[in-house]
Amino acid sequence: MKKQKLILIGNGMAGVRTLEELLKLEPELYDITVFGAEPHPNYNRIMLSPVLAGEKQVDEIVLNSREWYAENGITLHTGDPVTAIDRQARQITTASGMQASYDRLLLATGSNPFMIPIPGHDLPGVVGFRDIQDVETMLDSARQYKKAVVIGGGLLGLEAANGLKKNGMDVTVVHLMDILMERQLDKPAAALLKASLEESGLKFLMAAQTEAILGDQRVTGLRFKDGSELDTDLVVMAVGIRPNMALADAAGLHCERGIVVNDTLQTFDPRIYAVGECVQHRNNTYGLVAPLFEQAKVCANHLAQLGYGRYQGSVTSTKLKVTGIDLFSAGEFNETEGDETLVLQDPAQGVYKKLVIRDNRIKGAVMYGDTMDGSWYFQLLREATDISSFRNTILFGQHDLGDAGHGEETRVGMLSDEAEICGCNGVCKGDIVNAISTQGLFTLDEVRAHTKASASCGSCTGMVEALLASTVGEGYAATPSKKAVCGCTSYSHDEVRKAISELELKSMPELFDRLDWGTPDGCPGCRPALNYYLLAAWPAEYQDDAQSRFINERAHGNIQKDGSYSVVPRMFGGLCSADDLRAIADVADKFEVPEIKVTGGQRIDLFGVKKEQLPAVWKDLSDAGFVSGHAYGKALRTVKTCVGKNWCRFGTQDSTGLGVKLEELTWGSWMPHKFKLAVSGCPRNCAEATIKDLGVVCVDSGYELHIGGNGGIKVRVTDLLCKVESEQEVLEYTGAFVQCYREEAQYLERTAPWVERVSLNYVKQRIVEDKMGRKALYERFKLSQQYAQVDPWKARAEGAEIHEFTPLSIDRMRAAS
Amino acid sequence: MNDWIPVTKLEEIPRLGARKLQAGDLDIALFRTGSDEVFALRDRCPHRGGPLSQGIVHGEAVTCPLHNWKIDLQSGEVQGPDQGCVSSFAVRIEDGVVYLDIASLESAA
Repeated sequence: MKKQKLILIGNGMAGVRTLEELLKLEPELYDITVFGAEPHPNYNRIMLSPVLAGEKQVDEIVLNSREWYAENGITLHTGDPVTAIDRQARQITTASGMQASYDRLLLATGSNPFMIPIPGHDLPGVVGFRDIQDVETMLDSARQYKKAVVIGGGLLGLEAANGLKKNGMDVTVVHLMDILMERQLDKPAAALLKASLEESGLKFLMAAQTEAILGDQRVTGLRFKDGSELDTDLVVMAVGIRPNMALADAAGLHCERGIVVNDTLQTFDPRIYAVGECVQHRNNTYGLVAPLFEQAKVCANHLAQLGYGRYQGSVTSTKLKVTGIDLFSAGEFNETEGDETLVLQDPAQGVYKKLVIRDNRIKGAVMYGDTMDGSWYFQLLREATDISSFRNTILFGQHDLGDAGHGEETRVGMLSDEAEICGCNGVCKGDIVNAISTQGLFTLDEVRAHTKASASCGSCTGMVEALLASTVGEGYAATPSKKAVCGCTSYSHDEVRKAISELELKSMPELFDRLDWGTPDGCPGCRPALNYYLLAAWPAEYQDDAQSRFINERAHGNIQKDGSYSVVPRMFGGLCSADDLRAIADVADKFEVPEIKVTGGQRIDLFGVKKEQLPAVWKDLSDAGFVSGHAYGKALRTVKTCVGKNWCRFGTQDSTGLGVKLEELTWGSWMPHKFKLAVSGCPRNCAEATIKDLGVVCVDSGYELHIGGNGGIKVRVTDLLCKVESEQEVLEYTGAFVQCYREEAQYLERTAPWVERVSLNYVKQRIVEDKMGRKALYERFKLSQQYAQVDPWKARAEGAEIHEFTPLSIDRMRAAS
Repeated sequence: MNDWIPVTKLEEIPRLGARKLQAGDLDIALFRTGSDEVFALRDRCPHRGGPLSQGIVHGEAVTCPLHNWKIDLQSGEVQGPDQGCVSSFAVRIEDGVVYLDIASLESAA
């Protein structure tokens, strides 16, 4: 079949990103030709400010080299703008007279700097701040002249002013309004910013309206409305951008403030798509890069004929790329009637933070001086998270919620390049910043792939995100609120779960087929998640897929760094007898187990067992009455207990006995992540129940149920769910909570982040207030347990999955043949 | 010169799974893809020596169970930003029996 022809007009970030997304989906579908007006390949426009400031070179900001176009079979014409589109003939014409026809056309013509039409605006020495050409003009002026004026005290204007000042010019910023960056900042933050920029040597003329630019051969000065004048050798107009829609308009496409597109990024001509700064979508135009990337993804989805992507607009945030100034802004940062504001102001430290709150949800944020938590607030904003449970500490930042092990180090901006960010993989700040700028990285996943930072335990994710945000500025593609399961699909975890139950998908091939999975058999990211979702949805029917489980769950032991395994027999509630201990000791002797250790969850761990030995080890343990401790799985791990009232003089209830009953109820259950329980016999809480997924604290009058805690990377103390009076209620509420988590959390999401995401109030409503709902959850859990409580060790000791534990041998084959 | 010897039946390797094959001191991982192709690599990740036979097989790649390095089954080359390579061995399937070219083991042993 002859390939269809796709033409891209506009060789910038939005257009080329769309091509990259398209090539990932359908590399062979189109013959692609790109026309760019500028003489360069695609470069990172948001890095122009660092180029101007002398912190980067032009060749460092190129995103796609000419080789990239060649390798992907894309024809590139630079320096030859398209001048006309003939929609009937489906043909375009360029300035040089070249003609080309298309089946699909993608417009990504970007925007133009708005030049105020005052007298003198076309004099030499008056420039916008938009492309490499403008930057070169500015740098050239800086070498020959002394004085510069930047008209416009917005984001771009201040970055231009900073850059010119760095090049030795005497710079005055002229701004029409009385506060800087009024579209991003409120008055107090703007005042802090102005003071700090003045200190660095910039001058400001506020509330000043330019009437004319003066000069004959070249600009010599400005005249303002009030008649005053100011001498200058260079004028940079940075008062805003206007979508570049002249070409589309002339071709008869419907345009308003930009080229109007629908949720699939299609213009009024269905063969013509448009993305980026040139489009108007749901009455919004965007000038920041993160929304453009979201649009690119959706547009590519439709160009690839998949047809399920949908762009619904973006919430944007802003950072200023001026070295030494930390500033963040997002959402509706000026409160309106009925809003509440939380403000933290520390003039001595130059810190200002304001959150605008409506109905316990963040609507907007402005931060100055300390922007470490900007990405966190932004996430809470986009996901409309209920902040009521932590609003009294929210201004102190996310680390105040317990980002253990980092403490003050969370202030990444102040760290030196040698500071270690990722403790697991030993990655320093300098390595990360360097990789981000030299490799042109935009997302957390890309940084993980290239540097390994935050790719292991993930506890430094916030710091890596902060580095991304401060290095690439607004180009940082923050993790979208709708997060795809993995690169194989664009469906989110919740969407996949919904599809599994609504479409009654009961096997993985069926799921791949119905949901148009991008890979024939998934990846290590999605397969374990899907296997779990299918198992949780269809406990009776789904045939567990061993090859979609991580090795620990396939081999029912924890793989160790030398390839051996560890074995943890279950001891219900941590109770055991002398016979139990003897049996474990016998196994250790018989199989020459190199090391024995008591685990954090009060169980005994046998280390260094060879995989081939496992079935025999399990047979002996099984004969002695043990079942698997599931210490290796995303599963119910242990119920930790204290001794309780049978022995302890402070004990109020039988915590050990209750622990045994809870473990008997819940063992064998597969979960989205590991799940730990504990029962303490009194509020002294010796079993540490308040850092467990579910902890019971016995009191004289009954039992407190605490949920959503964990030790580990980020310690989180539980929230009190409720208090109940009987053991039977403890079992019912526990079963219901576990089942709610099993049915609704995302794979690899522990209860702590899950409870924070859905809110404690939601969990209370489901488990405490909705009595019928609770009973139904409990019944569903017990039903699922009928299929789950089959000891995997006994089955394997009796010969199941024998291939897993028996290596093949060439010598044996030879002997047999 | 090839020296093909039968090592196992195709059905003895789980689809999208692997078997460890011991050839003297050398551990080999035999992988079976979703489309029933079989590949053989040295059972040792070039990163920290993880047993590749214990990884998850997807497409024509396996992901090491220790630190998630992704290795191409055909070439033995590490994919993505990581770098490295593991020895690969010639395999063919005939009448449901998997044959390994033990002549190709010489260089790796």
